[in-house]
Amino acid sequence: MEIVQVVGLGLIAALLVLILKEYRPELAMQVSLIAGAIIMLLVVDRIVGAVHVITETAVAAGINLVYLQTLLRVIGIAYLAEFGAQICRDAGEGSIASRVELAAKVIILVMAVPVIVEIMESVLRMIPR
Amino acid sequence: MNAVNIDLLFKIAGIGIFISVLNIVLRQAQKEEQAQMLTLVGVVIVLLMVLQLINELFSSIKTIFKLF
Repeated sequence: MEIVQVVGLGLIAALLVLILKEYRPELAMQVSLIAGAIIMLLVVDRIVGAVHVITETAVAAGINLVYLQTLLRVIGIAYLAEFGAQICRDAGEGSIASRVELAAKVIILVMAVPVIVEIMESVLRMIPR
Repeated sequence: MNAVNIDLLFKIAGIGIFISVLNIVLRQAQKEEQAQMLTLVGVVIVLLMVLQLINELFSSIKTIFKLF
């Protein structure tokens, strides 16, 4: 019952943040940061299993692994950016949070370029000249 | 591993409460500079602890999603 652990941890962390926010807002922010990291680390093992199964299925289906790897990378970047941006937003720095999200979008776009190029090429091949 | 992690949360919250109490005491004793220094040191110590865990999280995310 991992969910009980996660919910309990979230409630306790929220309580501690509420207590600390009145006196030490900077430490309250660090507590919420740590709580987010711990909750993610609790479910990391499950993600490893899920990614493994997805990779095996893709191999069995004969899909080019480059696509799957791009997909996984995009998911990872999106998760990390969301984590950082949400922490910045909690600390009251909405503008930094939007910059982080913008940077993540740019990086994801660059990462998706090979796939987009391939789609363009196959479309061009279909068009009769 | 999980127990250590959750200990870290309580440790940081404890440090925060402890520092705010000491801060109030120092303010009452008219030692504003020391109170300021104490706040700074507390934040740095907690930041070091937080950084270790964040590093752990980021490296596990990196290995899972193959972000090298």
